[in-house]
Order: sequence, then structure tokens, then C-alpha cells
Amino acid sequence: MSDVTMRVWRGDANGGQFEDYTVTQQEGEVVLDVIHRIQATDAPDLACRWNCKAGKCGSCAAEINGKPRLMCMTRMDQLPEGPVTITPMKTFPIIRDLVTDVSFNYAQAEKVPALLPPPMPADGYRMFQQDVERGQEFRKCIECFMCQDVCHVIRDHEDNKQYYAGPRFFIRYAELEMHPLDTNDRRDLIREEMGLGYCNITKCCTEVCPEHIKITDNAIIPLKERVVDAQYDPVAWLGRKIRRKTKRSAEEAAVQPAP
Amino acid sequence: MTAVGSSTKVVLGGTRGGPDVATLRQDRWWVQPVVTVSILTAFVIYSTWAAFQNKNYYVGFDRDLISPFYSPCLATSCEAGASNSGFLIHTPGWFSPALLILIFPLGFRLTCYYYRRSYYRAFWWSPPACAVSDAHASYSGETKFPLIMQNLHRYFFYAGLVFNVLLTYDAIRAFRQPGLGFGVTVGTLVLVTNATLLWLYSLSCHACRHLCGGQVRSFAQHPWRHKFWKFVTPLNAKHMNFAWASLVFVALTDVYIRLVASGAITDYKLF
Ligand code: SF4
Ligand code: SF4
Ligand code: FES
Ligand code: FES
Repeated sequence: MSDVTMRVWRGDANGGQFEDYTVTQQEGEVVLDVIHRIQATDAPDLACRWNCKAGKCGSCAAEINGKPRLMCMTRMDQLPEGPVTITPMKTFPIIRDLVTDVSFNYAQAEKVPALLPPPMPADGYRMFQQDVERGQEFRKCIECFMCQDVCHVIRDHEDNKQYYAGPRFFIRYAELEMHPLDTNDRRDLIREEMGLGYCNITKCCTEVCPEHIKITDNAIIPLKERVVDAQYDPVAWLGRKIRRKTKRSAEEAAVQPAP
Repeated sequence: MTAVGSSTKVVLGGTRGGPDVATLRQDRWWVQPVVTVSILTAFVIYSTWAAFQNKNYYVGFDRDLISPFYSPCLATSCEAGASNSGFLIHTPGWFSPALLILIFPLGFRLTCYYYRRSYYRAFWWSPPACAVSDAHASYSGETKFPLIMQNLHRYFFYAGLVFNVLLTYDAIRAFRQPGLGFGVTVGTLVLVTNATLLWLYSLSCHACRHLCGGQVRSFAQHPWRHKFWKFVTPLNAKHMNFAWASLVFVALTDVYIRLVASGAITDYKLF
């Protein structure tokens, strides 16, 4: 098979540059295989993260020809002719070469108010299949953080990281808000502190998700509509005033400890 | 509101890796924005022109066809027969009746989640395509005026439903051929297709999906709303297709009726 140039970004917080490595392609290889071969031959100090090589751990996320992708799931023979550029995820601080510091995401994860079920009824909690299925899609997330990486809200505007949970956590909020046994109401929190309004539904998160989660259609837009219910819909507001409000306020929800 | 306690703080300003360029993509990411800009610009130019024409929007002789841009015709300046509601707003003769109503379909489409995605990308370049830099230095998304008004989408959805009912009525009226009885012409099929596409566009709307059932926490406790939700969810997945199809077709409908009304073509009777 033919030779291919792998243009890999090498560097750390002090700066870096592209290095070209010419390798012979082998049948059926994925980008991660080639990176491993470069490590074995030309550059033993090339840093990259990986674990499962099966698209399930989310560690090997990087940008291939400018787009966030899992290195272990990107076949070499499906890339266009010419040099293949491999860069670290752009949105997170660099540690070294292809390895970034994704702790922004852990900080956001800690902020998610946990599920708060009502007191256990005498015959135990019950959940029906249709409600179990609803959140199933969101539980497929492998935390590769490529959706966070591609999201222009923080990719192109570092400052927004203070106010923005990001698509990966919007699906977590959506899952909780659609949970039949949850009594927390996170709608004000999502609007005021998690920055749902910053998302302009341009759907790049959905485009890159390796688990094909319909992040925008099934999580973000339903959350935006819930915020409209809570904040911008006078009919719903009146309805709530008339019926007794049983949901907890965002303030109460916000102080619930994470698990 | 109480801030959430979290031990891991968000640290800003870390050095990023990779080259500092707008994008490393080499594929033709600009094709999609170019197509969007072309179609939407063409539509805006045509519909503005059509809305100001104030003629050739109604065929009343042997046919009963009205352009969707002019229905419901609510002005006293409407052509004879075009309006069949008793309610008329007093307007001078030069005033185009389209201007009274177009704000509703326009607002519906402007605040539509799908069109928002498209014009934020294609016109505002925020971002022009995935992993291509935002063209603006600062960004507040839909958190401030005027874009916070996008949250009014569901009201335009309600208004859209009223329009769908009226345009369906127009489509039924199109089977009538005054003086000849009933029949089907190309014009009838055009109006029926137009109304059908508009219904599909509305029923597949994200606000519709939410109001049908997406809103509830427990489907098990709301079996009917679950049924509605299951009905509109597959339509919702095709919202983009319905958005484009109904947009293009509504313009073509106006073109067709304009051609018939001006006498350029005759509306062919099928049976
Ligand atoms: S749809 Fe929203 S969350 Fe997803 S990438 Fe775009 S702006 Fe970010
Ligand atoms: S939602 Fe998809 S893209 Fe985002 S972290 Fe999870 S698996 Fe990755
Ligand atoms: S190595 Fe686990 S997802 Fe690629
Ligand atoms: S019409 Fe497009 S989302 Fe409502």
C-alpha cells in the first residue's frame, strides 16, 4: 500500500509545531494504529491517550484533518488523499502533543445537582419501560468530550467557559429533567448559570458525537423549551400560579450535593 | 440564586495546543453555507417583490385560487372575491393586503430552531461550519435582546396553526370552479400540496413536539401525550426536509397563481 504523511502537532504549553512522519499504510488500519507505529519507530516520546481501541472509552479524541474524531474509529482508507493532520482538541489546555487537560468537564460534572427522588413509597419505586427508554440515548455517552471541543461557544470564546456547561452536560441535565422519579427543578439553574441560552443550536455537537446522540434535537431543544415553560410562557406561568407549585426551586435544586 | 458548590474550579486561559488558525478542515465546508445563503436570499427577494405587487394573487374567474402570500385577505383593498371573511381592515387602495399577515409566517420561520441553525451558520458565521472559527470576537448567543426573543417561537407556532387551517380551507375552495361546478385543476393540486407541506412543517416543529408530550416527566403517567409525542417524533426528525420543501413550495405556489391570474398560462383542468 502507499505511503502517507502524518502531520502531527507536537508541543506543550510552551509552544509547538507540526512534525511530518511518513508511514506505509497497512490494510484496515485506523489513525490510532498509525500513531502507535510512529511511537514504535520514529517518535517514542509522542504523547497520546487511548485505552479501549474500540470507540468506547472516549480517551483517544483528537482532531483529524481539522475535525474532532476518535482516532481509534477513524479508518485511514476513508481519509482523503494527501497529508493527514492530527492536532489535539482545541478547546482544552494542552498538556503535551495530543493530550489535553479536560478538567473543565469534570468541574461542570460536579455542578450537576443530583437526582432527588421522593421518599420511598411503601411498595418501592417503580419506573415504566417507556420512561426508562427515554433517557437511554443519553446514557450512551462515552465522555470523549468532542462535543464540548467543537462547540463554538467555548471553542472560540474562552471567557464563556465560566458560564457554560456545554452539550455533554446538557444531555445530563435533560436526562435528569426527564426522569420520572426526580423532584429537582433545574430549569432556572440551566438558564442562569449553565448558559443554555448561549447555545445557538447550530448542531456541531450532534455532528461529531461518536455515539450518534441527537444532542441538539433530543436534549438541548427540549431543555430550551422547558426554560420557555418556566420563564417565557405567560400561559404556563399562570397555570403554575393556579395549580400549587410542587417542584423545588432552582435555588433548592442548586444546593443539592452531587453524588 | 445560590451558586453550586464545586471543588474543581473552571480555570480560564490555559494555553491551547495546535496551530492558531481558523480551521484545519480541507473539505468543502463552505458549500452548505453558500447553498443556504442562495436559497434564503432568493426567497426573501422573491417574497418581498410578491408582497408589494398587490395584484395577480387571486383567480376568481372559473377558478377559486388564492396565493398563500395573500391569504387570509383581510384588507378593504383586497381584490373582489379574494376575501371571504366578513372582517376587513380599512386600508387605502395601494396597500398590499399581504403586508398585514406576512409577519406571522415570517416570524414562525425566523424563530424556527432549524432556520436559526441555518442562518446563524450561513449569514452570521457563528460558526460558519463545525470546527471553523466563529467570525465574531464576542458572543452571547441567545441570552440578550434581540435574540432572546427566539423564545417566542411557540407563539408563532400557534399562529402558524391558524394559518394552516385557513390555507387548508383555501385548498378545499380550490376544488370549486364558479359557474362550472367542482373539479380538479393543476391549481387545486398545487394548493393541496402547499397546505400539506405546511402542516408537515408545523407538526414536525420542535415546539410542537414539546407541547404534544416532550414536556412531561413521566410518559407512563401521561399515556395520551406519550402517543402524540410518538406520532410527531419521526416527523420532527425530518423537520429540516419539511422546512425547505414548504418554503420552496409556498413560493412556487405564488408563482403559479400569479401566472394564471395574469393570464400568462391557463390553469389546466384535469377532471
Ligand atoms: S448546538 Fe449548541 S451545544 Fe451544540 S455545538 Fe452548537 S452551540 Fe454548542
Ligand atoms: S455526548 Fe457524544 S460527543 Fe459528547 S461526550 Fe458524550 S459521546 Fe462524546
Ligand atoms: S481508545 Fe477508547 S475510544 Fe478510542
Ligand atoms: S417550526 Fe422549526 S422548530 Fe418550530
